[in-house]
Amino acid sequence: MPLLWLFLLVLAIAAGAFVFARTRVLALSGQDRRTLHSLPIYYGSNAAMKSAIPALLVLVLWLLAQPFYVNNSVSGMIPDSAIGDSSSRSLVLAEVRRAADGLDLAVATGQMTEAAARDTQADISDVTDRLSEAGAIVTSQITQPVLNAAQQYRVLNSAGYRIMSVVVLLIAAAGALWGIRETKPDFRARNVVEQGVRALLIAAASIAILTTLGIVLSLVFNTIEFFRLYPASEFFFGTNWAPSFSGRGGASDLGILPLLWGTFYISIVALIVAVPIGLFAAIYLSEYAGPKVRAFAKPMLEVLAGIPTIVYGLFALLTVGPLLVQVFGDDGLGWMQAGTAVMTAGLVMGIMLIPFVSSLSDDIINAVPQAMRDGSYGLGATQSETIRQVVLPAALPGIVGAILLAASRAIGETMIVVLGAGAAARLSLNPFDAMTTVTAKIVSQLTGDSDFASPEALVAFALGMTLFVITLGLNVLALYIVRKYREQYE
Amino acid sequence: MTDASMDSAPVQGSLTTVDARTRKRNAAEKRFKAYGLVAIMIGLFFLVVLAVSILRSGIPAFTQAEVRVEFTLTQEQFDEAESQMLKTKAYENLFIAALQSQLEERGLEVSFDPAAIERLLGKTGSTIREHFRENPNQIGTPVFFNLAASSRVDGYFKGRVTRDTLVDSRFLEVSDLDLVDALADAGIIVSAFNWNFITGSDSGVDNPGGAGIGVSVIGSFFMMLVVLALSLPIGVATSIYLEEFAPQNWFTDLIEVNISNLAAVPSIVFGILGLAVFIQFMHLPQSAPLVGGLVLTLMTLPTIIISTRASLKAVPPSIREAALGVGASKMQTVFHHVLPLAAPGILTGTIIGLAQALGETAPLLLIGMVGFIARAYPEGVVSGFIDPNSAMPAQIYTWAARADAGFYEKAWGGIIILLIFLLTMNIIAIILRRRFERRW
Repeated sequence: MPLLWLFLLVLAIAAGAFVFARTRVLALSGQDRRTLHSLPIYYGSNAAMKSAIPALLVLVLWLLAQPFYVNNSVSGMIPDSAIGDSSSRSLVLAEVRRAADGLDLAVATGQMTEAAARDTQADISDVTDRLSEAGAIVTSQITQPVLNAAQQYRVLNSAGYRIMSVVVLLIAAAGALWGIRETKPDFRARNVVEQGVRALLIAAASIAILTTLGIVLSLVFNTIEFFRLYPASEFFFGTNWAPSFSGRGGASDLGILPLLWGTFYISIVALIVAVPIGLFAAIYLSEYAGPKVRAFAKPMLEVLAGIPTIVYGLFALLTVGPLLVQVFGDDGLGWMQAGTAVMTAGLVMGIMLIPFVSSLSDDIINAVPQAMRDGSYGLGATQSETIRQVVLPAALPGIVGAILLAASRAIGETMIVVLGAGAAARLSLNPFDAMTTVTAKIVSQLTGDSDFASPEALVAFALGMTLFVITLGLNVLALYIVRKYREQYE
Repeated sequence: MTDASMDSAPVQGSLTTVDARTRKRNAAEKRFKAYGLVAIMIGLFFLVVLAVSILRSGIPAFTQAEVRVEFTLTQEQFDEAESQMLKTKAYENLFIAALQSQLEERGLEVSFDPAAIERLLGKTGSTIREHFRENPNQIGTPVFFNLAASSRVDGYFKGRVTRDTLVDSRFLEVSDLDLVDALADAGIIVSAFNWNFITGSDSGVDNPGGAGIGVSVIGSFFMMLVVLALSLPIGVATSIYLEEFAPQNWFTDLIEVNISNLAAVPSIVFGILGLAVFIQFMHLPQSAPLVGGLVLTLMTLPTIIISTRASLKAVPPSIREAALGVGASKMQTVFHHVLPLAAPGILTGTIIGLAQALGETAPLLLIGMVGFIARAYPEGVVSGFIDPNSAMPAQIYTWAARADAGFYEKAWGGIIILLIFLLTMNIIAIILRRRFERRW
């Protein structure tokens, strides 16, 4: 892997610069180290930093920029006539990339010589045969423009990588020289290095912003792309969800309402399970339980939060679902057709949410000042009266915040609904019907083999955007309520 | 409240007798307390049910019905079988003859036909042929073959398949069960520990018996390496900046808001990010542990940042002041004194963050780590990062989504292994915290 070697080479240059600068400054200082402004290690670090960081930065930027340049110039080579009616430029470009990978593979396995792979006059059918012989995935007969574009793609890419290696190594060497030249006893090396470290710390802290930016951009761009292919009003107000599978043709109905309804229904069932249990558990733990019970029960309940959601999903699919069918199914009450239903997913999700509600509420109830309780006891109220009439009203905003956070968890939960809630999107009031949710459909639309440019795949991004906005709104609201409440008692 | 009761009922009797109203209030008190206790009991009950159903359904995945047959192949038999057109068929016939003679040795008279053996054991011929072709020096000496029984036979041994529920099919017929019983009596079919489940790779959709989780454990391992290598330095650097250096300004606020929001973004959205940015935009290989690790890094960062900041905060200011007082720079104070003292807390938080990442499934589905991809062990370190592989939770999902009920057992078994890893990581974190955490 040449990239790895390039990376190691840059590090080696930096390490060399470190050693050289350190020895040099020690030699310049003579016997008396006190003449140095900084410790010798800082002179070395200065040289290493100046050699490695700009070089690696250029490396990363180059790797990000090169595909754009190559795609653009290759894209210009494909005439409009080469793009079929059912195809698009991006599809043809994907084929070009596949063909180029195939050529690489063919050269690597010895099916083709490098010269043959570059021969623009090569016989197309012969090339196709050789590619499939080498085990490359070539969908169909390669056309002349695609072959030429693929060859150009390879040439540009390999030239790009070669230039990149040279440039990166030159920058690393220049940086090393610069750092070494600066190395004199009165150079303020420590200050420079500390500035550099500080810049690195800021860069690390900015990754959080970049992540959010990445999420928003990837959602927004693909959502806009989706709305170009599918009207937004039908997406937001359509009551039918029936995507057609790729290749079979036909128009898809992609209305989000049945999915939102399924999401909210399951979340409500989950909250009906989790809120009373979690709240009462929190009240008992914070007001009644002795230290021993608390030390045992609190971590035990929190184990429920640490279990991966795939475990809950399997629990819903294979344990809770069949159990519910036994009671409510055709042999019992006759309300339930199959194990996957709103009730199954909601119940299991409720179990998962108990510790969320209980630990958050526990913290909030503990934050209520003791003086309020003492006042109530002093008036002759019993403990439960104090809790119901003094502590809970005081903690209410915080508890509402906790419930909102739990609701946002429930809405964004994926594995339990993928396995436990079913795949059919429907608007129904029966909690024993199978329904599906936004998250489950994101998974099913993106894990199929439909092509990324089709509305059936792009709809997942619009669904993701909706999900992101809803959960973000709930979180911001919850944090606002909790923060406002905390300020009251501080 | 007391005013009202005084008006309506003048106080009579003494403090030692309890009046009706007090009794009612005391009863309400008891009820309320009981509700709380019941709520905790329900929570713990769910935990127990979960644990029991995992163990009960998962432990059978660790055993596998095996047929142990001693088999001697002479050189002549080998040559003869190799010279035939249907080579594996010839081996199969030899094998059946050996099995028959072993049954007769034990004095059991059961008639069976080759088709039944095929239903029980799959294609025995090719297994035997491959063994002897790879080890030609074993020709002529007795060799013990441990052949895995088919998933239905396995299910019959574990009680998943019974004579009543079994429907005759090309996989197994009810009459075959007589043969299975006879072989079991003779000690030829035994239930053995299924090493293949722990070390093996995923199998095709029609072979639940051969499925193993080993390859996806390796996939998870490489993913965790990426997560550790990226999220620990980035998380610690971010925390140091925010706790020790950041000035109070809009940029710092922006970072803080972003971190707290990222902690609450649904994991599936991170999957969309990974798909759009790492695969569509950067053209990183699909289904690669490298991409999975990058996505999980972004998810784990908020957890690590929050715990690192807490442990940096816990280091008393007097340490910083002492260091600054003897002439250390701000940077030296942080890196030479504060960070080492906060290290145990940071490490604990990192392990807990890694454990969370290890159990995460949803984003992995979107970047394609699902389906029949954990087929073979990676060939080296680089291949481990970039070749398609699955991860433990994604492999469990793959099995749960398959139609054959034999895979459900594997999914539960996979969960046991996943939980063992999580438990170990959490216990290490607890031990680290107990042993090294200092309270000032």
